[in-house]
Amino acid sequence: MAPEMPNLIAFSVLAALAVLAALGVILSQSAIRSALCLVGNFLILAVLYFTLQSQILGILQVVVYTGAIMVLFLFVIMLLATGGEKSLFEKRDPKRFAAAITGIVLAVIIGVLVYLPMASIKSPAQVPLPPGSQVQAQYGTAEALGAQLFTQYGYPFEAASLLLMVGIVGSIMLAKRKVR
Amino acid sequence: MWTWITDHSAVLALIKAIVWILPIFIIMPGTIWMERRLLGFFQDRVGPNRVGPFGMLQPIADGAKLFFKEEIVPSGIDKVTYVLAPWLMLIPPLTIGAVIPFAAPVGVYETLTPVADINVGVLYIMAMSSIGAYGLVLAGYSGNNKYSLMGGLRACAQLISYELSMGMAIGCVALMAGSLNVSQIVQWQHGSFWEIPNVWVHNWTIFSPMGFVAFIVFLICMVAESNRTPFDLPEAENELIAGYHTEYSSMKFASFYMGEYLGMLVFGTVLASLFLGGYDFLPIDWKMMALHNSGISSFALFMDRVTVDFGPVFLILKAVGVVLLYIWVRATLPRLRYDQLMNLGWKTLLPVITANLVLIAAWAVVHTVYGAWAAWIMVFVVYAIAVVVLSLNKRKQGDKPDPFESRKVTLVSGMTAEPQASEPEMAEVTAN
Repeated sequence: MAPEMPNLIAFSVLAALAVLAALGVILSQSAIRSALCLVGNFLILAVLYFTLQSQILGILQVVVYTGAIMVLFLFVIMLLATGGEKSLFEKRDPKRFAAAITGIVLAVIIGVLVYLPMASIKSPAQVPLPPGSQVQAQYGTAEALGAQLFTQYGYPFEAASLLLMVGIVGSIMLAKRKVR
Repeated sequence: MWTWITDHSAVLALIKAIVWILPIFIIMPGTIWMERRLLGFFQDRVGPNRVGPFGMLQPIADGAKLFFKEEIVPSGIDKVTYVLAPWLMLIPPLTIGAVIPFAAPVGVYETLTPVADINVGVLYIMAMSSIGAYGLVLAGYSGNNKYSLMGGLRACAQLISYELSMGMAIGCVALMAGSLNVSQIVQWQHGSFWEIPNVWVHNWTIFSPMGFVAFIVFLICMVAESNRTPFDLPEAENELIAGYHTEYSSMKFASFYMGEYLGMLVFGTVLASLFLGGYDFLPIDWKMMALHNSGISSFALFMDRVTVDFGPVFLILKAVGVVLLYIWVRATLPRLRYDQLMNLGWKTLLPVITANLVLIAAWAVVHTVYGAWAAWIMVFVVYAIAVVVLSLNKRKQGDKPDPFESRKVTLVSGMTAEPQASEPEMAEVTAN
């Protein structure tokens, strides 16, 4: 077995599961099952991030996306389910065929654009980097991200937190508005 | 054979996982027994005492009963979520333990613990406890009745509110220890007291004032995350029958039951690792004592040996102590109402722990720039100011309302009734 085969097998299994979960999100007839498939997709994506040495990104994917955002999605879906299970089912749509064709064409275009430059690369050392940049030994760890986030990208970091605060205040204003 | 096992990392990982999971599963019936006996003791009654000596076989009898019970599945449910929810309640607490070291990395323990020594260990604990929330939410939804749905929604809101403060408390510890790796946090706690060199006391997080505040906040959030009284509104028996696990019977209910106690035990180990020094027996540096006092050096070296070799025992003892605290709190405190619960999580704990985090960051900066004395003096001054301000605030709010202010009730016929005003009238009526 070639030295990169176990990695390839593990990656293809994970990627196939992720694609199946993503298909489950759009093809499922129940909103709760779509949300659960999305949760599965996020978890597999986190594992894929770990295989790419991005530890902090992978674990934040689970903490933030799976642990907080999807829980709130499920919260909202459960609040809407008071009409029973049938209210969350959607009917068969004739536009699905056209959507499938468009999706396949899009996948082929993106696949070709992504695959062609990387077809000849067999190891991380062969990846062409932009001139002047260097990959640190601590790539993807919390220390590297934190060092960059608090020194060089301090202003965007604070601006993003301000943006989130504006979102929170706006949602509270919307929720407190009296419904006629 | 041991070298063969260590060479094949998959087999080693399996063995490490079993070495962690099996003791936790064996201790869990012990905690169930402890809870029932202790609750009886607190409530001035005898707990279960029929099944074995002191009722020790009661959890086994409970397990056998639940195994043989008829499984009643309600109709009209979403079968996938109904079956999935108990697993999501049972598995995340076990996976949290993957990053917790149960002994010092010396000798055979170096390869056995922790199961995964990842550099984002503390975030991993947060991630797995967030996934534990899914079990409750899906269980509440899949019951197809409004009571368990309400229980599930309440559980969801409670969990995401207290996850914030819990994350900040863990962030306080990570900021003090300088690492997100749980093994390194535990080893930082085995350093010198308050990082003053050559002190023979260990530097457990709980000994420093900032760490103590973080400990209190983490303890409250941990009780809230495990859905235990006083935060057990999601399974409030008086209002919601059984809340999110109303529609579950037999082994699925047993999964919820076991999952709750597993969560308590594992969070106990997390608390012990982050705040109480992990696998340490006593916060005493035996090697330094042996160096400085030659009189008791043999005793000190023996104690050091005991501490290193029996590390897992001490971690489990600390976790069981935390479970005792859980049971004590359950027996003592009444349940919080939903708005009181949310107010506590958002309006009290979150500002306190955020201020604590800022204070720790300020301490770190002052410690680096001006030295240790200035940093600790600043910390104590800030805490003194906070205590004074909070006590003054409380005294202003403490005015009791007039007891006879509004006791008048308007009856349907237009008359008003007052307390102790109708008695003379009644006496007049009967006298006539």
